[in-house]
Amino acid sequence: MAATEKIYFYPVWLRIWHGINAIGILLLIFTGISMQSSIDNSVIGFNLIINIHNYAGVIVTLNYLVFFIGNLITKNGRFYLIKMKGFLKRPIKQAYYYAWGMFHGESYPFPLSEKRKFNPLQKYFYVLVMYLAVPGVIITGFALLFPEIIIETVYSVSGVFLTAIFHSALGFFISIFLVIHLYIASIGKSPLENFKSIITGWHQIH
Amino acid sequence: MNYRLIILLSLLFFASPHLNAQSYQDPQHHACLKCHSNQSYSFHNDVTDKEVKRLMNPYYILDTVAISAGVHKSFDCTDCHSSEYEVYPHQATLKLEPLSTCLDCHGGDESYAKYKFEEIQAEVEKSVHHKVYGENFSCSKCHNQHTYAATARNSDNILEIVDYSNKMCLSCHNDMKKYELISGHANPKLVEVHNWLPNQALHFQHVRCIECHTEVVDSLMVSHNILSKDHAVKKCVECHSADSRLKASLYKYENIQKRAENGGLGSVLTNSSYVIGTHQSPFLKLLSIIIFLATITGIIIHSIFRILKK
Ligand code: HEC
Ligand code: HEC
Ligand code: HEC
Ligand code: HEC
Ligand code: HEC
Ligand code: HEC
Ligand code: HEC
Ligand code: HEM
Repeated sequence: MAATEKIYFYPVWLRIWHGINAIGILLLIFTGISMQSSIDNSVIGFNLIINIHNYAGVIVTLNYLVFFIGNLITKNGRFYLIKMKGFLKRPIKQAYYYAWGMFHGESYPFPLSEKRKFNPLQKYFYVLVMYLAVPGVIITGFALLFPEIIIETVYSVSGVFLTAIFHSALGFFISIFLVIHLYIASIGKSPLENFKSIITGWHQIH
Repeated sequence: MNYRLIILLSLLFFASPHLNAQSYQDPQHHACLKCHSNQSYSFHNDVTDKEVKRLMNPYYILDTVAISAGVHKSFDCTDCHSSEYEVYPHQATLKLEPLSTCLDCHGGDESYAKYKFEEIQAEVEKSVHHKVYGENFSCSKCHNQHTYAATARNSDNILEIVDYSNKMCLSCHNDMKKYELISGHANPKLVEVHNWLPNQALHFQHVRCIECHTEVVDSLMVSHNILSKDHAVKKCVECHSADSRLKASLYKYENIQKRAENGGLGSVLTNSSYVIGTHQSPFLKLLSIIIFLATITGIIIHSIFRILKK
């Protein structure tokens, strides 16, 4: 494989989706944390914080539809299918590479190609986040905007309370994902390489 | 004791046969309530010598049920108002009659010491209402002398306390005419002002306006210093957390604590887990901090190796 081979991994729609999503989610995380904590946000003002959170939530939701439909009608969806063969073995191999192999000159266990955009571990995380956490946080978020649709009590625990807990737990999961996502993306030939790819669309294969 | 009060109490005793006949229980035969508890009233027009029927000003219709439940139920109308009111048409000069304020009767009186009238007055004088309208914003603007009942002190139902107290504010803030009478401008729509608060209706049923709009004074049952809107409570955690503001005011106050021990309403408000958000659930808070720190530690260790092994 030539050192300079390039693959067009991230089509325009995906890059636009990703850009909006990244900004939206960052806003949601910051406003979400300040709504929960007692950090004084007198600079921005509480009303504004809540409004930003609500609007960003709606934008991320509409944007999620772009991702969902995009993955249904383009080939990009294929990258998110999980094979049953080696269901645990393959991601463990990748984890082993991150923890040990990459420091001992071992070669990349799942070289990227036209057919394989994500390594197995990455794929699991993306599927968990994009098909469980994000939809979950969207549904619970809208439920909190319209609390009348929530079941009153579940075994004598307030439905709104459960929904709120679930919403912030998922939000927390997405925040942790983001931290790991950013760090893992910095692993490459050079730390900035992957970030350039998600902006230009082209990925370098080495 | 205040001299007005002595006169008044003696009146109450000596005039009691007269009073009983005038009892609020039977408004249709009461010298004042036969007119002041109905939508319409009738009187004899001496000039035309006819019976005339007219509509009563809705603000002059008194709620006899509420009067009989109020703190001043043992009074008769003419203990506070001039007895010349018994004549209709009322004399125009009666409008000029000064009426007693709460402090005129209760000020410096030992038997009401537990209510701390003087301290309340000092707090009221610091409040936004007093700052803008001064003496014109009298105690009676909130406390209807006819019907006031010390609900927070005597009721054991939080919803009832909240409802009673909030109606005192809403009777003006939700009533364009009353509000304009005082301020000369239209009232801001409370629903819009508070639209940042999710589930507004539920909140207004469960928390008193004063919970967010006053500074809590521990020595008072009801804090009276209404602060300007910039100082109102906005942060959810002040209530939705284990050691909350709610417990610091209404819900902390001694006699209500007692009820809390007996279960019932206490279970909702003192149980820290009813609050919103994981960060108010101590277990989840701890868990999330641990996960976050573990992630960061992992990343730091990994990057150190990346740098070393380059
Ligand atoms: C025949 C019906 C009638 C009776 C009886 C009556 N009122 Fe009135 N009252 C009115 C009406 C009508 C008004 C509205 C102003 C007006 O028309 O003078 C009024 C007004 C008032 C006001 C407000 C005055 C102001 O302008 O601020 C007071 C206070 C009052 N009444 C007290 C009493 C008291 C106390 C009694 C009993 C001792 C009484 N009224 C008996 C019909 C009555
Ligand atoms: C404890 C004293 C007290 C008693 C008893 C009392 N009033 Fe009043 N009343 C007042 C005061 C004070 C006001 C003026 C309220 C204000 O400042 O807005 C008033 C105002 C009124 C008004 C004018 C409308 C209003 O609400 O402002 C009417 C009518 C009236 N009273 C009728 C009566 C009648 C009828 C009775 C007997 C059933 C009665 N009052 C008993 C103290 C009293
Ligand atoms: C005209 C004199 C007078 C005025 C004005 C007056 N009160 Fe009273 N108040 C009394 C008297 C007398 C009692 C006792 C009545 C009884 O025991 O039946 C009383 C009872 C009370 C009580 C119940 C006390 C207890 O422990 O039973 C409260 C609370 C109270 N008043 C609050 C107020 C407030 C608030 C105001 C002003 C809005 C006010 N009063 C205006 C004379 C007055
Ligand atoms: C802005 C509205 C407002 C004003 C003005 C106001 N109060 Fe109050 N006050 C309240 C509310 C609300 C309560 C709680 C009602 C209840 O008893 O449940 C209360 C309760 C009270 C109580 C009962 C406290 C207890 O310990 O049970 C007294 C006494 C009292 N006020 C006196 C006064 C006096 C005196 C003034 C005038 C100097 C005054 N208030 C002015 C709103 C007001
Ligand atoms: C959960 C706390 C909370 C409760 C409960 C609450 N408020 Fe407020 N209120 C606020 C805050 C915060 C503001 C300031 C909003 C802003 O500046 O945008 C405010 C603003 C206001 C204003 C100022 C409106 C303006 O813009 O001039 C009024 C009047 C008011 N509230 C009255 C009430 C009344 C009456 C009740 C009870 C029915 C009530 N509030 C209950 C928190 C609360
Ligand atoms: C008789 C009418 C009346 C009653 C009763 C009343 N208010 Fe007000 N309130 C006003 C008016 C008028 C203003 C506007 C003041 C101004 O022009 O700045 C106001 C202003 C306010 C403000 C906003 C101050 C600001 O910064 O703009 C708050 C908060 C408030 N009231 C809370 C309350 C609460 C809480 C109660 C009940 C305990 C209450 N009010 C009872 C008439 C009333
Ligand atoms: C003054 C105290 C107070 C403040 C401030 C406050 N709340 Fe509440 N909140 C309550 C009370 C009391 C309840 C009613 C709890 C119950 O009995 O179900 C409640 C209920 C709720 C509920 C419904 C929970 C259920 O069990 O149905 C939600 C959601 C909520 N609050 C969110 C918020 C948010 C978000 C904020 C900040 C913008 C906030 N609250 C600010 C006191 C407060
Ligand atoms: C500042 C914020 C972010 C930056 C800088 C960033 C960066 C990147 C980069 C460099 C890639 C390509 C390399 C790779 O696949 O690892 C990528 C892909 C991806 N990111 Fe992000 N990301 C951010 C936020 C997010 C958020 C918040 C989410 C989801 C909640 C997310 C979901 C994804 C997904 C699903 C892909 C794969 C897209 C595909 O190829 O189908 N990203 N991101």
